[in-house]
This record gives sequence, structure tokens and C-alpha cells, in this order.
Amino acid sequence: MKTIIKYVTLDLVRNKIMIIYALILAALSFSVLSIDSNSSKGLLSLLNVTLLFVPIISILFATIYFFNSIEFIELLLSQPVKRNKVLLAEYIGLAATLCIAYTIGIGIPLAILAPVYASVVLLVSGLLLTLCFSAIALLIFVLFKDKTKGIGAAIITGLFFTLLFDGLLIIFIYSFSDYPIDKPILGIISFNPVDLARILMLLQLDVAVMMGYSGALFKKFLGTATGSVYTVVCMLFWVIVPLFISLKIFKKRDL
Amino acid sequence: MIRIKELTKTFGKFTALNNISLELKTGSVVSLLGPNGSGKTTLIKSILGLVIPEKGEIVINGQPIKNNWEYRSQIGYMPQIGRYPDNMTIAQVINMIKEVRADVKAYDEDLIHGLGINKVQNKTMRSLSGGTRQKVSACLAFLFSPDIFILDEPTAGLDPLSSELLKEKIIAEKKKGKLFLITSHVLSDLEGITSNVVYLQDGNIVFYKTIEEIQTVTGESRLNKAVAVLMQEIK
Amino acid sequence: MRRAEVICFVLFVFVCTHANARNSKVFANSPGSLQQAIDKTMPGDTLFVQKGTYKEHDIHINKRLVIIGDNWPVIDGQNKYQLLTIEHDSVAVIGLQLQNTGRSSLTDIAAIKLLNANYITVRNNKLYNNTYGVYLQNANNNIVDGNIIQSNSVDELNSGNGVHAWKSAYLTISNNIISGHRDGIYFEFVTDSHITNNRSFKNVRYGLHFMFSHRDAYRKNVFMDNGAGVAVMFSKFVEMYDNTFVHNWGDAAYAILLKEISDSKIIHNRFIKNTVGIYFEGTSRIQVLNNEFKENGWAMRVQASCSENNFERNNFESNSFDVATNGTMMLNTFRQNYWDKYDGYDLDKNRIGDVPYYPVSMYSVVTEKIPAAMILYRSFITDIMDQVEKILPSVTPDQLKDDAPMMKSWNLQ
Repeated sequence: MKTIIKYVTLDLVRNKIMIIYALILAALSFSVLSIDSNSSKGLLSLLNVTLLFVPIISILFATIYFFNSIEFIELLLSQPVKRNKVLLAEYIGLAATLCIAYTIGIGIPLAILAPVYASVVLLVSGLLLTLCFSAIALLIFVLFKDKTKGIGAAIITGLFFTLLFDGLLIIFIYSFSDYPIDKPILGIISFNPVDLARILMLLQLDVAVMMGYSGALFKKFLGTATGSVYTVVCMLFWVIVPLFISLKIFKKRDL
Repeated sequence: MIRIKELTKTFGKFTALNNISLELKTGSVVSLLGPNGSGKTTLIKSILGLVIPEKGEIVINGQPIKNNWEYRSQIGYMPQIGRYPDNMTIAQVINMIKEVRADVKAYDEDLIHGLGINKVQNKTMRSLSGGTRQKVSACLAFLFSPDIFILDEPTAGLDPLSSELLKEKIIAEKKKGKLFLITSHVLSDLEGITSNVVYLQDGNIVFYKTIEEIQTVTGESRLNKAVAVLMQEIK
Repeated sequence: MRRAEVICFVLFVFVCTHANARNSKVFANSPGSLQQAIDKTMPGDTLFVQKGTYKEHDIHINKRLVIIGDNWPVIDGQNKYQLLTIEHDSVAVIGLQLQNTGRSSLTDIAAIKLLNANYITVRNNKLYNNTYGVYLQNANNNIVDGNIIQSNSVDELNSGNGVHAWKSAYLTISNNIISGHRDGIYFEFVTDSHITNNRSFKNVRYGLHFMFSHRDAYRKNVFMDNGAGVAVMFSKFVEMYDNTFVHNWGDAAYAILLKEISDSKIIHNRFIKNTVGIYFEGTSRIQVLNNEFKENGWAMRVQASCSENNFERNNFESNSFDVATNGTMMLNTFRQNYWDKYDGYDLDKNRIGDVPYYPVSMYSVVTEKIPAAMILYRSFITDIMDQVEKILPSVTPDQLKDDAPMMKSWNLQ
């Protein structure tokens, strides 16, 4: 498995799109961080970049990559290797490369221009998002036989989590505003890795106060370490669950 | 040897393989023939474990393949379309497969030299022509000297010289008692190497005969003609 | 006018003491020496308190007297007692260090207490670790100036205020540095007073807190890092000029909370990095002019209960929300403010935008109605909502607008 991970990564780090992705992120980070002397503001801008680009790019690139590797996967599977190992190796190799690109694009500028604790959290939430959405891409890959349909599903999923989910959430909040909905909202939020990443990051910045302003529960829950731990654990679930389901399906899937 | 017993595979309403039983013996070159959609690829993929049949059994060298993956060390597979990660070089692909097969230490690199793959080994896969990729696939299939070879349209994209070289290699390996399962559209390419012919249609075996039987029945010596005549008779 | 009177009177006292009064000294050599020394003085005397530590308490001053500390002699209440009580007019307490009063929830224990005393000067003293610093009750025409008033309160219950005034008038509270109390400056029923050039920071509750205190003027004060900022309620004719409100940051913090305030002026103040710049509830006829609102969560929250307030020539920059409101009616006027979020144009080049600016964003309306929506803070959907609302206004109060938004910010230095 290590062998496959190694070669998949070696292949992907030379992928043009991957290099462009890292470069664009780096350009954005350097410009945002050097314009603003206030690191908190710069971090918020980078958070927006992360929340918009990372899910969409990760899921799209990963889906396309998996579908393009189907013959390669067949070749590997004609060797005496377990199916699970091949699929997992493909995922790890891809996720590792996306993470490297994000670390270069966002992490290095942060380390140079804003070496604060919140920067570490931004990096972590970006990496977790990358892992989540590559895992979801893997699930899409094993669920769809057709590449075009798969890419369509990836686009829809990406948009769903970055935009539509929050839209539905606000409709929900609006419709049930007469009821105590603080707790359900926290529950619902757990179903969207993008929201989780956003909240995880906001909790590290002083703007978290703005959320605390709105209700005792948010303050009590999100204001403590519990909030951060909870969001991270939820995001890890978003990596593990799709991966697990993918492996399960892939075991029985025809190629 | 490969023994297939009552193998059935459907994709939705479409029956790709319909209760097929087949026995392929060592030391033979079996040509798998049939029109598009007749179930050739499904059969090959079933043997490789890429397609999971809903009924029936495949036994390779006495080992049932269900829920098993080690048996694939005995098979060399050459796919119809060889697509490899774009930015890997040929050398990297070969090294990777070698590393995956860490259990094997002796490599059969005849084809690598014969087809001139070693001369272009630092080119990335993206820059290769279809023919060169076919050559890489062929090299990989023969690399570990397996007992069984499964070659899916091996000569489709090859130049005549390479095609001839591959044939010679197949004959040489056959003499060592290896089993070949080959699909091809171009029957003339199988001329002279085939020992058995399996003809599939709509997921059923139309006939499974040795080349001698076919020649006796039809009175034709050329495979092309012989098969055509045979088909005519059956209809 | 009032101030002039006070100054005249202090001068008069000064002249008197030098004309026919004696000077005397007191040393920290025997217990109770300070009270004895005070008792020995005649009205109009000056008592020089020599350097040392006086472990005395409940010292009463009930005659006209000037007490001057030589290099800040220490009067220590040993965390049990009250220190100085002034119950007579025309006393000056200068240059003492008063520390460690007791703490009690039953009585208000103070370092310096003025009971029914007028024309008092409390100047250049150091007040450390006291429940109440300077406590004025029913005391008029007094000056509290240049004192350092520090404590280390942790909660509201067991703490007192830095400068506490109740039922007084014509006070001058100036140049004090106040921190670590419950409220930095607390006024209740205090009128016609001046609060100038004080620094009030890191107090548990409010930096400044006043109620029922009319005709007071607050100038050039700095309020920083207070638990809940500044709260002013039920008062009229209040003037707040040139003050700075910085980093009153917490989930119930306001730079200024205004409740039932009317006919007042808030001019040329700076509000930087507060959760809420100014919170208006039930206010009317307030002039809010030439202020700077920068990097606040909400620059202003104007409740629907406010009317006839006038917001002009203010700068709004880098605030998360410029204005939030809880209703759809708006009876206040906004004119010629600079809003950094304004994206209109100025074709006639008169430096005033040609289309109105609507400072209430749709998302702020939603969060005002349903606070839980705050969970979506900084998500894309909220940006989209605001953009859509700009094109097709439906939720935001359409009367709340600035018809003449400035293209460039005002220079308010």
C-alpha cells in the first residue's frame, strides 16, 4: 500500500492543476496578508478563501482524478493486492497531495506573515476540509459508474455544502424561530463540514463574541474548548464515514 | 488451469454471462471470440476478480477465487486500454509494479528490451502514443513469468513488427506450459498461435473447440475462414 | 459659571488659611496619631501628614481643613475598615495614599467618603485596593482631580465603584485614572457636573455608569476594556464630547448603552473595536455628530423605540454591521455620514453619493429577529442575502437610509 501511495503522490505533485492550485492560494495569501497589517482581518479573508475554494476544488479534482484512474486501478487490481488497499492508497495519495498544495499555498504564507495560534487553526480546518471533500469524492466515485454523472454529482455536492446547505438552514431558522432551536441548529451544523470549519476558525478569533452575543447556548457550548473539540471530531467523522462506506461498496463493485 | 462452473453475471436486465462452464488447460492458447457485447470482457474481468459474478464458481489452479486475492499472482493481465497516471515515467510504472510484487525477485524483461521500452523509459505516460502504452502493458503482463496470461486485444494498437515479436513470445511461453486466454477482433493475428477457440454470443458459449477439430470439421486451414464457415453451419 | 465659583471659593479658602491659620505636622509614631492631630487643629489649619504608614481607620474630618501628604504617606485599612470620612464643607485632601479598606456587602466602605460636604477638593491621591474609592453622598461643588484609583475586583457582588456619587451637583471629576472597580465612575442623581480627561479601564462592569443625572458633560475621557462598556440611563441634556471608547469587547458589552436618554449630544467621539458601538433604546433628540466608528461588531444598534435622533457626519469603517434595528419604522435621520460599505457613485462630483445608502443589511435584520441566525456569521449565504437585498429590498426598513452618503471619509482628527 505504501508503494502505491508513494507513486500516486509522486504522480500528482507533478500535476499541473495541483501546482496552479497551490500557486493561486499562495498568491491570494500573500496579497491578503500583506495588505492588512491586522492579522485577524487577513485570517478572516483567508478563511473565506478556504471555505469557498477548498471544498469545490478538492471534490472536483478528486472526482475527476479517481474516474481517470479507473484503468490504473484495474491494472493494480490485476496484481495480487486487496481491493481495500488499492482504494485507500489512491485516496491517501490524492488527499496527501491536496494537503501539500494547501499547506504550501496557505500554510507557508501564514507561517511567514502571521505566525499566531489562529493561523494553525486555519491550516488545520483547511486540511480537514480537504480530507472531508476528497473522501466524499471517493464515495461519489464508487457510487457512480459514469464519469460525467460523477462529476455532475461532485459539482452539486460541492455547491450544496458551500451554499445551499446554509440557505436551507436559514429557511429552517426562519420557519421555526418561535421554538427553541438553538440545539437543533448545533445538530444541523454538524452535517456540514464547511460550517464546522467556519465555526472552528471563528472560535479562535475575537469575532466569536458576535456569535456568543446571540444566545446563551452558543456562548456556553462554542465558547469553551468543548466547541472546538466537537467541531474537529465532527469533521473527522466526515472523513471516516464516507471512506468507510466507500470501502464497503468498493468491495462488491464491478469495474 | 482455469475451471469455470455455471458462471452467471447480469448488469441490470442485461445478461452478460449466462450459466457458462469452461475448462482451460495449461499449455494451451485459448482464443476468446465473439461480437461486441457478447461477454468477452465480462468473462475476463470475472477471472481477474474485477467483476463479481452473482452465480457460479471460478477455480484457478485448484483455488476458488471468491474472496481471494492472492491467486492473482499467477496471472499476467494485459488490458485493452492501458492508461497510467499522467506524470509517471515508464520506469516509474515498472518500478511501482515491481515494488507491489515484492514477492517476486526474478523478472522476465525480454519484452522490455525486445520492444525497445527501455530506450524510452524516462518519458512520462502522458506523452506516449497508444501503441507505446500497449507495449508497456504487454511488458507488465510478462514481467513476473506467471502461469496464466490474460491478454485483452493485445495486438490492436501494435505495429506489425512488435505484434510479431509478441506472438513469438507467446509461442515461447506456451511451450513452457503456460496458459493463455486471448481476445481479439483480428483473427489473422491469432493464426498460428491458437490451440483452442471459444466463441461467445449473448453470454452463451456457442462452441469451444480445438483448432484441429475446427479444421477437420470445416476443411479450412485458415482460422479466419474456418470460423466463418463454422458460424454459417451453426446458424 | 459653576466652575468659576468653585475656583473662587478654593482660592478664598487658600487665602484664609494663609492669612490666619496655622500649619502643623503629624508623624506616624503612635496609634491614632492622625485622628488626634486632626482633632487638635483649628478650622482653616493645614495639616502636613509626614511619610510613613498610618494603620488608622474611621478618621473623621468635621472642620474646615487642608490635609497634605508629604510624599504619599500611607493610610492602611488592613482590609477591615473605612478610612477617611469628610462631613464638613471646605476640606482639601491632597497627596495621600489610602489603601486596603474592608469589604462589606452591608455598608459601602470607602477610602474617602464625602457626606453632605461641599467645596471639597480631593487631589493627587493614590487609592489602592479599596471597595469604593471616592464616595460622594449629597455633596455639591466638589473636585476630584488627578487621583489614581485602582482595585482588583473580580465580580460585581463584592466590589464597589472608583468614583461614586449620589445625589450631588456641580462636581468636577477630572484627570483620574480608575481601574479594577465595579464601575469606574458611578453617578446617580448627579447634575450639572463635568467629567473630563479621566481614564477608566478594566472595570468589572461599566467604565462609566450614570442614571437620572441631567446636564452633565463628559469630555476627553477614555473608556477601555471594561466588562460592559459604558451605560447611561434615564437622563437629559447629557453632553459627550471627544471621548474614546476602545475594546469594550464581550458578548454583552457596549461602548455606550443609552437607555431613555433625551436632548443630548454625542459629538466627536471615537468608538474602536467594541462589540456594539452605541446601543440606543428609547432615546430621543440626540445629536450624534462627527463620531468615528471603526472595527466594531455593530457600530450602532438603534431600537425602534428611538425617535428624532440625528446622525450626521460620522465615519463608519470596517464594522461588521453598520446599523442594526429591531423594527421596520425609523423615525431618525441619517445624513452625510461616510460608510465604507457604500458602493454608489457621484456623477455630479459634489462629494455626496447620488443614491442613498441603506446601512441596515438584510442579515442584520434577520439576526435581530432571530439571534440564532448568528451561527451563520461569515458564511457565503449571508453575503448573497445582502447582495440580493441591495437589488430587491424587501426586509430592511426602507426609511432607514442616508440620502446623502459621503464619498470620502470625514477628517475627524
